[in-house]
Amino acid sequence: MSTLLDVQDLRVTFPTRIGLVEAVRGVSFSLGRERLGIVGESGSGKSQTGRAIMGLTPPQARISATKLTFDGIDLLAASPRERRALRGNRIAMILQDPKYSLDPVMSIGRQIVETLRTHEKVSKAQARERALAMLEAVQIRDPKRVFDLHPHEVSGGMGQRAMIAMMLIAGPEMMIADEPTSALDVTVQLEVLGILDRLVSQRGMGLIFISHDLRLVSSFCDRVLVMYAGKVVEQLKASELSQAQHPYTRGLLNCMPRIDADRHPLPVLDRKPEWAA
Amino acid sequence: MSVADNQVAAGRGSARAVAILSAIGRFLVIAVTTYLGLLAVTFFIGRVIPIDPVLAVLGDRAPTAVVERTRREMGLDLPWIEQFYIYVKNALSGDFGTSVLTTNPVMTDIRRVFPATIELATLGTIMGAVIGVPLGVLAAVKRGSLIDQIARIVGLIGYSVPIFWLGLLGLVLFYAKLQWVAFPARLDVVYEYTFTPITGFYLLDAAMQGQWDVFWDAWRHIVLPASLLGYLSLAYISRMTRSFMLNELSQEYIVAARAKGLSERRIIWGHALRNAAVPMVTVIALSYANLLEGSVLTETVFSWPGIGLYITNSLQNADMNAVLGGTIAIGSVFIGINLLSDLLYRLLDPRTKST
Amino acid sequence: MSAGAVQSRRDWLLSERPASRVQARLGRAYVAWRRFTANRLAFVGLLIILALVVVAALADVLAPYSPTIGDLKNARLMAPGAAHWFGTDDLGRDIYSRIVYGSRWTLYVVILVAIIAAPIGLLVGTVAGYAGGWTDAILMRITDIFLAFPKLVLALAFVAALGPGIENAVIAIAITSWPPYARIARAETLTVRNSDYIKAVQLMGASPFRIVLRHIMPLCISSLIIRVTLDMAGIILTAAGLGFLGLGAQPPLPEWGAMIASGRRFILDQWWVAGAPGAAILIVSLGFNLLGDGLRDALDPRSGDQ
Repeated sequence: MSTLLDVQDLRVTFPTRIGLVEAVRGVSFSLGRERLGIVGESGSGKSQTGRAIMGLTPPQARISATKLTFDGIDLLAASPRERRALRGNRIAMILQDPKYSLDPVMSIGRQIVETLRTHEKVSKAQARERALAMLEAVQIRDPKRVFDLHPHEVSGGMGQRAMIAMMLIAGPEMMIADEPTSALDVTVQLEVLGILDRLVSQRGMGLIFISHDLRLVSSFCDRVLVMYAGKVVEQLKASELSQAQHPYTRGLLNCMPRIDADRHPLPVLDRKPEWAA
Repeated sequence: MSVADNQVAAGRGSARAVAILSAIGRFLVIAVTTYLGLLAVTFFIGRVIPIDPVLAVLGDRAPTAVVERTRREMGLDLPWIEQFYIYVKNALSGDFGTSVLTTNPVMTDIRRVFPATIELATLGTIMGAVIGVPLGVLAAVKRGSLIDQIARIVGLIGYSVPIFWLGLLGLVLFYAKLQWVAFPARLDVVYEYTFTPITGFYLLDAAMQGQWDVFWDAWRHIVLPASLLGYLSLAYISRMTRSFMLNELSQEYIVAARAKGLSERRIIWGHALRNAAVPMVTVIALSYANLLEGSVLTETVFSWPGIGLYITNSLQNADMNAVLGGTIAIGSVFIGINLLSDLLYRLLDPRTKST
Repeated sequence: MSAGAVQSRRDWLLSERPASRVQARLGRAYVAWRRFTANRLAFVGLLIILALVVVAALADVLAPYSPTIGDLKNARLMAPGAAHWFGTDDLGRDIYSRIVYGSRWTLYVVILVAIIAAPIGLLVGTVAGYAGGWTDAILMRITDIFLAFPKLVLALAFVAALGPGIENAVIAIAITSWPPYARIARAETLTVRNSDYIKAVQLMGASPFRIVLRHIMPLCISSLIIRVTLDMAGIILTAAGLGFLGLGAQPPLPEWGAMIASGRRFILDQWWVAGAPGAAILIVSLGFNLLGDGLRDALDPRSGDQ
């Protein structure tokens, strides 16, 4: 399997009033055309890892890594213009809540067309056709109507499908999905995941799936990274999840309520400072 | 598409009609009560505060017979509530009494002088918005930079400077010393007789009639007072633009736009500013309303024959009808602009359309 | 005092677990003060206002000449120089001395307007917010009506009816300045009205009067102070505008707006007569604006960018 993304010793540091805070502290992994899950609590650095790969870290933050390459391109050495050309075109990202991540005053269709026309020279009519086709690909039944709607006029599930359409239209090879279903109703979560799953495998993309939900990630991904306090504490195949070694991963697994056992009281996550060291 | 979406689509038509109707209803209630409030306050000022309203209107030099007749004409023998009713009825039909100073009906005077004020305030707002919006955007984008600091200082001084004083200094520098602008007036005396205005907006009238010498002269007269008002407007608009832009730039959709690979320029002007534009409309409208008020002092300094100068001249001659008529005129426009900006906000923001 | 003592005192103030109410309050005040002094412009504003107060208090010492009696024979319209720092006016009065005494009138107007308008706004807003229902609807409608008025024009009309004079100018400005305070007080009241501790006081049988006075009004004070400070510049400018139009302070009072009006006739040749008092107005308004901005950033970090 060819390597798409190679991350070695990635660090993201934020200056604050009380000094430097390291959000990501030496994360290493590589990604082929596969599905990689990154799991952790909020504040574990999983989102900042995704944003650092995208080049979307706030300007005051400092990023360092011994290696950060995408398809052989050194991302840290790339100019802002080069990185911009990659974003949306070869690497895309889906954010958590379509209510906030779609521009409220621009129609959905225009937002999709905008991505396409930023990266490819296509006529307006052509762009529209492809946007409509893309909306159909994310299983929106009436693409022509939805094309002209504004984000507030559609449900969360449809908004997230529009978001996927907007990010996939230029045909990226890699996708970072940052909690793509956490803001959605439970009933639509699976629908949206199904669409994402199908598109990713059809197009043979690499996917980084960031979530706090270990079960969801393990059922959806090939491999899982477990992050705690900015570090990867365990890396394992999704199928071997039950053999997890690290007490933190075991703790995460143990928190789940089970239907076949009396789990009262539910165990609470145990956090030990030495895991963060 | 889910079932819920279809229901939303079906219900949208009638729900929207109800929403629009209730918005219009609310709008009318606010407009009517605010206008009645304005009349109540001016009624209070004109009839209740003065010990003798007749003297307040006529001055103390009027002969006794005239005083008695006016007292009856003003209906001062009637109960207050009836007086107020008559006052409101007259005001709604545009009757604010007669000006002692000009001997014209106050409404006639106001019609004559208002275009001059509108011309001045409009030009000022245009200047303020054209410079203020980009300045505010730059200050927000380059937050903490030199340009942000400059914008902040420029804005703070605009909030702190007495406009009439700045106007006087402007006259000293640009009229007396540099001779870049013309003396305080609307036109040179030569043109006062050869030029017949149509709309009362001299720049527009001169351009329409192709009298470019008059246009140039009118420009040389208006440019300094308009720039001063423009500065006040700039201070307010740039500050608000900065704050709106900072708010928009911190939103998630900006991250999404970056993730799409858009250029910073496109993100700032195409996404953030488009979102900030919705509240900006309100700010620009409010700034326009404030300039109408600011024109009172500016017109006095620049002998600009608008409503502000009319009010201050009448004040100095204790011409109460004219003062209150002018107050109501400015107040009405002020209220109108406030309401209009509220309405525009609803129309422009797609989010409020269907709710 | 050793460095260690300073360090421990700071730790005590910044403690995350204050042991007493006093410590918590002092700690919060200390953090606000640090934020405030970190903002250099706000500190400049504070210095300007302190200077204004000092000048007003020591006017008799600081002013070399009488503010009202001039030397008509020898010192008419003199340019700024060693004897008269800011020159003299048409009645031969020393402009510097008049500006020094004028600071008293500026303070007089600002303080009077603040102590008239702020309590009115506070009362209207808290009562409207706490009572709710029709009381709220009617009070807020009246507030909105006043907010929809052009302030200066309304003040003009009031002064026209009341007659010119600095007291009437103060009344007119106060009448037009209370509505924003009512809005702020109402908003603050609404946020706390349904909180548990108000419920607790209600259960203890406190009267609405007591609740509003003792438990709601104090919470509105800090946002009100910020707003009043930010409004001070506007009040000064309006008062100066009224003075300039001859409706505020009457001659020979050394009020800065009226001084600009009297200097207007000589503006082309003796620009300093009108120039100096205008600069004084600018500096003092700027001081209040800087101070208000700084206070807002320090006391209410959420709105730091607004």
